[in-house]
Amino acid sequence: MAHPSEAEKFIRDEARVDWHDGALWHVRQKRDAAANQLPEWEKLREKAAQIKSHTMGNLDFYLEKFEKKAIENGIKVHWASDAIAHNEIVLKLLKKKGIQKIVKSKSMLTEECHLNPYLENNNIEVIDSDLGERIVQLAKEPPSHIVLPAIHKKRMEIDTLFQKHLNTEPSNGDEVYLTTAARHHLREKFLKAEAAMTGVNFAIAETGEFVICTNEGNADMGAHLAPFHIASMGIEKVVPRLEDLGVFIRLLARSATGQDSTTYTSHFRKPRADAELHIILVDNGRTVQLGRENYRSSLHCIRCGACMNTCPVYRRSGGHSYQSVVPGPIGSILSPGIDMKKHASLPFASSLCGSCTDVCPVKIDIHQQLYRWRQELTQGSITEPAKKTAIKIAGYLFISPFLFKFAGKIGCWFLKVFPRWIIYNRLNIWGKQRELPKPPSQSFQEWYQLNRRKNGKKGNS
Amino acid sequence: MGKKEILSAIKENKPPALPLPELAFQPIDHDQLFMLFQKSLAKAGGATIVIDSFKEAKEVITNIFPEVNHVVGHLKELSTIDLNTVKDPHQLASVVLAIFKGALAVAENGAVWVHENEIIHRAAPFISTHLILLISRSQIIADMHQAYKMIQGVDYGYGVFISGPSKTADIEQSLVIGAHGPKSLTVLISSND
Repeated sequence: MAHPSEAEKFIRDEARVDWHDGALWHVRQKRDAAANQLPEWEKLREKAAQIKSHTMGNLDFYLEKFEKKAIENGIKVHWASDAIAHNEIVLKLLKKKGIQKIVKSKSMLTEECHLNPYLENNNIEVIDSDLGERIVQLAKEPPSHIVLPAIHKKRMEIDTLFQKHLNTEPSNGDEVYLTTAARHHLREKFLKAEAAMTGVNFAIAETGEFVICTNEGNADMGAHLAPFHIASMGIEKVVPRLEDLGVFIRLLARSATGQDSTTYTSHFRKPRADAELHIILVDNGRTVQLGRENYRSSLHCIRCGACMNTCPVYRRSGGHSYQSVVPGPIGSILSPGIDMKKHASLPFASSLCGSCTDVCPVKIDIHQQLYRWRQELTQGSITEPAKKTAIKIAGYLFISPFLFKFAGKIGCWFLKVFPRWIIYNRLNIWGKQRELPKPPSQSFQEWYQLNRRKNGKKGNS
Repeated sequence: MGKKEILSAIKENKPPALPLPELAFQPIDHDQLFMLFQKSLAKAGGATIVIDSFKEAKEVITNIFPEVNHVVGHLKELSTIDLNTVKDPHQLASVVLAIFKGALAVAENGAVWVHENEIIHRAAPFISTHLILLISRSQIIADMHQAYKMIQGVDYGYGVFISGPSKTADIEQSLVIGAHGPKSLTVLISSND
């Protein structure tokens, strides 16, 4: 189940691909408009990258500082080495209080830990409260984008889904009607929830507080009503100082959706007087990634999704083609580190155009890392044998001037002489959706030799 | 348990330490802040009303929301319940209008910082159907760098930057104002308080 075979399913519906492509490119354009309004945009990116680099070099110090401050504030701090440990901590906390109904706001970390099925298997109802997440939850699908979880869904599909699960009337995909229905449905869940789970956008070591950014207000509706709040956080989310937030908050929403900021930037420092607040610091492979010199900067990611919005491959293949919790360019450099075999195709799901690197607010050199992963995967013999053989043959051709010339001549002759149905055969993968170039009358070498002699000077055109 | 393993793994794997950068950003020109704040808030779907002083607030609010029956917050004259007497935030489920005073306002994104002490119940500015925030013109600062400078050292258990009404575009990227939080945000800016 590699990216190419998954993507093949997605691209069968060309109209849908165009729609998906257009929708995401539109978000990219909004990001550009927002970024262009700040003359200090590049300076912000540079500072963000430096803050993150500095933090990674002192990660143990900052995590311990955060823990100390958080505990002083009355927050209970837990540490989980991996996904299973995280899930077990959550279950233990909930069971201790006899909690059976929880609401959860968007947390890619809890997706990574596959928390929902784990809790459901233990008879705990988990309602994802972000509208996009609720949609995919009802559709029994994983999210396809880390910021816009239901970007792959058309309004009529959501209409049908809500008719089935929320008893709405057919509304022709009316977004106001459907959102209002979701508002009522989820409001009931917020009011009845016995616990709220959230993610964490940033955790501040200096003050022992954490920040959650939403447009919908769902994280707050959950956390401020339930008497029990568990926040789950990857250890790389810690930042040193409150003032560092200035940089990240200015970059996050602009990079994600082109907004100047999310509607709500909520700072949680102490539990409510009548409630408990817990935070779980999760490793799950991050310390291993920290040790990989080639890939450690991928830990700088603030989960804005800008790389997905710009990536031509993501836009035209959709998040589900990646079969990884975090898809797109950033997912393609994070996931092979977690499971090299399962995600071996992801670094190859790229044209290496570098657009992702351009838009990344924390300046992760994503496309360089994609390239490095390719080399690692190929040397480790995890790439497709056909590809390996093709590259090997190309290697022989490029080393020998005679073979290169000869192959070129044969290729041109083949294209000139043979009929279309032979050229565009099943082995011609390149030609499946592309026209091969017209064979030229002479090769560049031949032309150059001729003209060089004509002019008598070297290097003239 | 997990903590020891995680910390020792970090110590083993972490890169050489680089210095923490100094953050020195030039703030925007002061004269522009008032206009920029209104523009940013409008972009985010919020409304602005400029008043001479907070004494006018009651009248202005009653004009926008003439028939409202459940009001909480800063203006005692308009409140139907005193938040200090509410034991359980669930009781606020039927609140239609919440009115709170902001502690500062950020021009670059139309955000108003609201401190926990003002709202008393953290759910209050979210659970209400509509939200009104009161700020003085003199409280408007340029950007988030300035904002975090100003709240540095302030003690709070919770605080939130609110920049507009709640919203979502999860249904085919079509923007809907009013997701789970308030369906509208109106900021009253007093010129003289």
